[in-house]
Amino acid sequence: MATHATTPNAHSDDHHHAHPPGFAHQFEDIGQQLDSTTLGMWVFLAQEIMFFGGLFCGYSIYRSLMPAGFEAASNHLNVPLGFANTVVLIASSLTMALAVRAAMLGDNKWVLRWLVGTLILGCMFLGVKIIEYSDKFEHHLVPGYNFQWANAAEAPGAQMFYVFYFTMTGMHALHMVIGAGLLLYFIYKASKNTYHPQYFGPIENMGLYWHFVDIVWIFLFPLLYLLGYHLGKGH
Amino acid sequence: MSATAIPRVHTPPPPDPPVRPAKHYINATSGLASWLLTVDHKRITILYLISITIFFAIGGFFAMLVRLELITPQGDLMTAETYNRSFSMHGIAMVFFFLIPSIPATLGNFLVPIMCGARDLAFPKINLLSWYCFIVGAVFALATAFMGGVDTGWTFYTPYSSTYANGAVLTAILGAFFAGFSSILTGLNFIVTIHKMRAPGLTWFRMPLFLWAMYATSIIQILGTPVVAITLILVGLERGLGFGFFDPKLGGDPILMQHLFWFYSHPAVYVMILPPLGVMSELTAAFCRRRVYGYHFVALSSVAIAVISFIVWGHHLFTSGQSVYAGMVFSVLTFLVGIPSAIKVFNWMATMFKASISFEAPMIYAFGFIGLFTIGGVTGLFLATLGLDIHMHDTYFVVAHFHYIMVGSAIFSYMGGLHYWWPKITGKLYNDTLGCISAVLIFLGFNATFFPQFILGYMGMPRRYHAYPAEFQFLNICSSLGATLLAVGYVLPAIYFTWSLFKGKDAGPNPFKAKGLEWEIPSPPPTENFTKVPVVNSEPYDYAPGAGH
Repeated sequence: MATHATTPNAHSDDHHHAHPPGFAHQFEDIGQQLDSTTLGMWVFLAQEIMFFGGLFCGYSIYRSLMPAGFEAASNHLNVPLGFANTVVLIASSLTMALAVRAAMLGDNKWVLRWLVGTLILGCMFLGVKIIEYSDKFEHHLVPGYNFQWANAAEAPGAQMFYVFYFTMTGMHALHMVIGAGLLLYFIYKASKNTYHPQYFGPIENMGLYWHFVDIVWIFLFPLLYLLGYHLGKGH
Repeated sequence: MSATAIPRVHTPPPPDPPVRPAKHYINATSGLASWLLTVDHKRITILYLISITIFFAIGGFFAMLVRLELITPQGDLMTAETYNRSFSMHGIAMVFFFLIPSIPATLGNFLVPIMCGARDLAFPKINLLSWYCFIVGAVFALATAFMGGVDTGWTFYTPYSSTYANGAVLTAILGAFFAGFSSILTGLNFIVTIHKMRAPGLTWFRMPLFLWAMYATSIIQILGTPVVAITLILVGLERGLGFGFFDPKLGGDPILMQHLFWFYSHPAVYVMILPPLGVMSELTAAFCRRRVYGYHFVALSSVAIAVISFIVWGHHLFTSGQSVYAGMVFSVLTFLVGIPSAIKVFNWMATMFKASISFEAPMIYAFGFIGLFTIGGVTGLFLATLGLDIHMHDTYFVVAHFHYIMVGSAIFSYMGGLHYWWPKITGKLYNDTLGCISAVLIFLGFNATFFPQFILGYMGMPRRYHAYPAEFQFLNICSSLGATLLAVGYVLPAIYFTWSLFKGKDAGPNPFKAKGLEWEIPSPPPTENFTKVPVVNSEPYDYAPGAGH
């Protein structure tokens, strides 16, 4: 390839524009950096979709094989708590989006506030999840070594439902915990006035991740909680 | 450009004599910490190179145990149990810790930014994180070996890995999981780098074919690996907590595990073979002094292979109780892989036709590759044939077929690429004669090891048994003798490569007089790769017309 060196390199002595804070030197300019990090996050989310996709695929297959057990088992989930958690998560997506907007405006004070709000809502979600899990332990609904189900015909389907309930919500909660850790890091960075209108990529990508985790829940809620709701309480 | 013209003096490098720059990425900083915490893609290449070579040796050790046992028909060297653990550890070490990272994490890591004309990958810290993920996985794999290994085979099929498991399955699964995560991070970095970091003028169809191959590989790493990650987690939960995903007693289906596993692991075969196909295109162009014939077809055939690879997994389940109609569909789809693969082989041969080929070590490896890849590919079509596969399934025919692709082809190309870019990576020249000798030794040793296994398999010898009927002994002895020759062929490069580091001549920027951005910078390159961002204004492999005559 015939090449001619013409574009000045950022590391050479003659670069004539100062790079804004937060610039990483493998990039040519801050625009390329923002494009690259955003694409990187989308590629990462594609990977996440395939990861959860394996679980959704298994769920679909077993639900179609054992519909009665799945419906009956679903009816033992606490729909009001699940619904409350859905509202909490959607609210946390709003605060997250507002944090991204504040970062784009370079308003670090409000980035910090909205991120703290997101973190509190995320922790509320996880707290409710702990209440629900302990309830399942008490009612012997944890599959494996501690599972009891009255109706023998439904038992395999019901147990498989709870296998997926715990694995899917567990994987989702794990992503929430990782997200909470990341929020703590970005709260610290915002307190150091890191973000400005040319450098807000990390908050935007944090937002993409957080919204993705929310959307997973938007699918989980009907698939897990509402599946047997039509059977009525006490079935 | 700055308006205040500060006079700058650019002395062009001396035109010919091989020079080694005083300062380059290897000696830029010193100390162990400067290597273990480096974010320079070239240093991470070296870290990976050392790590995967260790695992190649470990995998090779277990392979030699297997071949030693199979010299005699009786199971006399080890028990059936030990034999099962040997071939399982051989597979786990070779697939997850050598073949999958082999070219992407070493040559890819080194060359993707340089071929893009970039200073580094898009995410240098994630690149380092990927190596640490690999190391965490490696620690789990070694722990597995010291805890007595596993006997599940590298595929972790349930119920071998759940109900009936009697080895360190959890640590082995964690090892594969973390190795997979390192592979995902590498793929992510390559996709973003190739999309966003290409130098001015470097359009998609001016990219070297190696970049096309790495791009196609990265797509599989991103879309396939997470599926096997969740599958391994499910197997771990079944084993650890009694979650019955794949346990028929609890309503689960073990065949689902095979579907999920092969949804990744068949595309994973192309993670192992697409990068070698990319290296082959580079070698063919460089040593024929020609633009690769049918460049666009070769480039897009990599993408085609990546796409088709996701819809053929069912050919691993022809005898597992999958619907016969699904089997027929998967059989037809599998045949499709032959088309882009053949496009590549025929285009390389067209490139070589009437070219004045220079017979240096990398090219000898390239020749070997074409032979082995063709045999491995065509026998793959045997196995894709539904009726024939019922006879061949789980015999040595299958073992021979996938070793021709995953060992023969993949390692031949890896070695060819390593010989081709070794002077760039280290700045030193190795002994070319010894390089040619090792290529021939490996070719002979490989065929002696694995060709007899086609015959053994066709005669009906099943895989994964430590004892066999006496009439199979002669061919098994041939195979074990070939393996010895193969081992010699692999040790030889280790010796002369190491020797070249200390005593080799300085390579100079372009010892093979090849075209490409990587050959326009010093050997070894400086930490920032390019002192000026290159501008690309011509097609790849821009050799002078008639240079091949």
